[in-house]
Amino acid sequence: MSDPMRIRAQAQGDKVTARVLVSHEMESGQRKDAAGKIVPAWFIQSISATCNGKTVMSAQWGTAVSKNPFVQFSFRGGKAGDKLAVSWVDNRGDKRTDEAVIS
Amino acid sequence: ENAPGWNKVAFESKSLADVAKALGATSAPLESKELVLQAPEIAENGNVVRVGAQSNLANTAQIALVVEKNPSALAALFDIPAGTDASVSTNLKMGQSSNVYALAKVGDKFFYAVKEVKVTLGGCGG
Amino acid sequence: AGFPLQREAGAAQAAGLYELPRRGNVHLLHMTDCHAQLLPIYFREPSVNLGVGAMGGQVPHLVGEHLLKAASLKSGTAEAHALTSLNFERAAHQYGKVGGFAHLATLVRRLKAGRPGALLLDGGDTWQGSATALWTQGQDMVDAAKLLGVDVMTGHWDFTYGEERIKKIVEQDFAGKVDFVAQNVQTSDFGDPVFKPYVIKEMNGVAVAIVGQAFPYTPIANPAWQTPNWTFGIRESEMQDTVNEARAKGAQAVVLLSHNGMDVDLKMASRVTGIDAILGGHTHDGVPVPVIVKNAGGQTIVTNAGSNGKFLGVLDLDVRDKKVVGFNYRLLPVFSNLLPADAAMRSLISTIRAPYEAKLSEKLAVTEGTLFRRGNFNGTFDQVILDALMDVRGAEIAFSPGFRWGTSLLPGQAITREHVMDQTAITYPWTTLTDMRGEMIKTILEDVGDNLFNPDPYYQQGGDMVRVGGLTYTCEPGARMGARIQNMRLNGRLIEADKTYKVAGWAPVAEAGKNAGPPVWEVVESYLKAKKVIKPVRPNTPDLVGVAGNPGLA
Ligand SMILES: [Mn+2]
Ligand SMILES: [Mn+2]
Repeated sequence: MSDPMRIRAQAQGDKVTARVLVSHEMESGQRKDAAGKIVPAWFIQSISATCNGKTVMSAQWGTAVSKNPFVQFSFRGGKAGDKLAVSWVDNRGDKRTDEAVIS
Repeated sequence: ENAPGWNKVAFESKSLADVAKALGATSAPLESKELVLQAPEIAENGNVVRVGAQSNLANTAQIALVVEKNPSALAALFDIPAGTDASVSTNLKMGQSSNVYALAKVGDKFFYAVKEVKVTLGGCGG
Repeated sequence: AGFPLQREAGAAQAAGLYELPRRGNVHLLHMTDCHAQLLPIYFREPSVNLGVGAMGGQVPHLVGEHLLKAASLKSGTAEAHALTSLNFERAAHQYGKVGGFAHLATLVRRLKAGRPGALLLDGGDTWQGSATALWTQGQDMVDAAKLLGVDVMTGHWDFTYGEERIKKIVEQDFAGKVDFVAQNVQTSDFGDPVFKPYVIKEMNGVAVAIVGQAFPYTPIANPAWQTPNWTFGIRESEMQDTVNEARAKGAQAVVLLSHNGMDVDLKMASRVTGIDAILGGHTHDGVPVPVIVKNAGGQTIVTNAGSNGKFLGVLDLDVRDKKVVGFNYRLLPVFSNLLPADAAMRSLISTIRAPYEAKLSEKLAVTEGTLFRRGNFNGTFDQVILDALMDVRGAEIAFSPGFRWGTSLLPGQAITREHVMDQTAITYPWTTLTDMRGEMIKTILEDVGDNLFNPDPYYQQGGDMVRVGGLTYTCEPGARMGARIQNMRLNGRLIEADKTYKVAGWAPVAEAGKNAGPPVWEVVESYLKAKKVIKPVRPNTPDLVGVAGNPGLA
């Protein structure tokens, strides 16, 4: 089971800026282990965020996104007190959703 | 086994032109000053390079972050839903010094911005 | 030291140098890169400081007569000695030592007396560079800076004591006294500011913003593991936002206290608007005449104030209606013979040094030649370090970092432990011994060469070329990366890409280099003690290609 995401979402005027820190190895598939064997790729392939039933961020990621990924985006249609939900799916089919209240 | 909708062809591209093609471009992307790429000149750590892109072009539908010399040139591809700013940033891995591109899809056209990011050995100083 | 004639002329000379009538209504005193030198020292300025591309032949890439000509200064004068390496030994005897916090304190006090509200700005590289700074984790310099009356500071090497230590100094020692400012340091998780980006100070009815810019490449030039939760960078667009914010909050003048290095400052001044002056450091350039850079918003005055406590910059601005309508800048050399020591500072320095005095003053050897460090490719003190590394660690090639700090010694002087520490006192002093492929040696030299000679200053890190022992090579500064370094040879034979060589070095920035081998000062000390007398050394420097006539060469 992966660790929860750290989500910071702040409303300013009519805009919400969200910053998300995901906990994931994001193994590139290029790295060799101590025995010289390639460590298989293991990475988040899709990530999205919803607020008030609407998708506000949607992305596909490759192996070059850093370990414990960071993503920042901003959108209209949210306000302080609303919930922002972020979900990801990795190439092993593992998934996770976390929620934060917009401040 | 890939996540639904994951664009395998785009992520297997080896250059900016091929990424654009895989995303539906029918002509070569054009450089645009309306696309702002934020990246360090020299990376503090090649494993964590903060790259951001902001498109001031109306109706930007997608923003891709591309690292020319990475094994897979396309690093991340963002759809921009209506109401969301065409402005995203994330952390990328870079194996070596390379040009980094922001690529924006606007209607059926593609625009890019480029910056060289150096990955160095470090040391020394004044 | 000093000739009798010089002493008689002293008072007149001091008056000529230091009596500086007040101009305008905003007064800034600027020191930078003192590298923890509390006492007067000798310091030889570089005879090689090449500018490439658009920087060729421009300030600060002028040395010797070329610099004097650009600044309309006469050779043979005190100022010429402070700014150049011309007739170094003779002039050093004539004019005596430079810097020293007790002498600097006197100068600061005098200037402040005639300039109501004047601020003292410290550009950083303050807490590192001496034995006592290292042994007290910068505490000696923190106390001395407070007594000196520093108002605002930014940093670089100061960060090498680690996040905890810096936080403690800024939040406790400096609380209510010194503002530590840096707009370009953020937490690496959510990008929160680590320090105040700027402060606004009221002076003679004028609100002045002092924006801070720490050394952008600290976690690259120095170990990143010392500041693991912070991220730096040039952050040009954030700089513009910060300047705009300070103006919006009422700043009528904006001054950037920068540790960018002069070439980076000059580029930034051409692209960021609303900065009236950049008081810069890091590249240790003593720049007697400021550069006026035009930009879309007007113009920016750009200066750099040397190193090692040798200079104090004085900038008077005449600010009216949110506009700088006039200015006066002087870069004052600090000659300890011409400025009496401030008693309180002298007493503090004695107290600081007392527990260490015996250890500091132990004589390790005597030098027959001048020992110095500054210069793009090598210095004689660096050569001694390289010789020590090869000799003591048993290596055929040695690398020593191109640091720009490190004091100078005159022929006949004893080399004490303090002098060795003046060249080596860092928080990651370990020596390394590596079996290195020829290909890797080339990669390292090209990498460092590009940090120094990249035609775009934003890609430069501001140190000098790595010093190389054993290996000879040619260097073409104006060539592209990968093509600058040629003809690498060991004992006359070409280095082979696939062959392995034994290479000694020190100051590893990778975390894996922690405790790799004995600290460099131990290696140098055992070498000096064995030699007893250091004959004049010829620094190993590359054959240069394509720089004939460059005024960055004396
Ligand atoms: Mn310095
Ligand atoms: Mn520095």
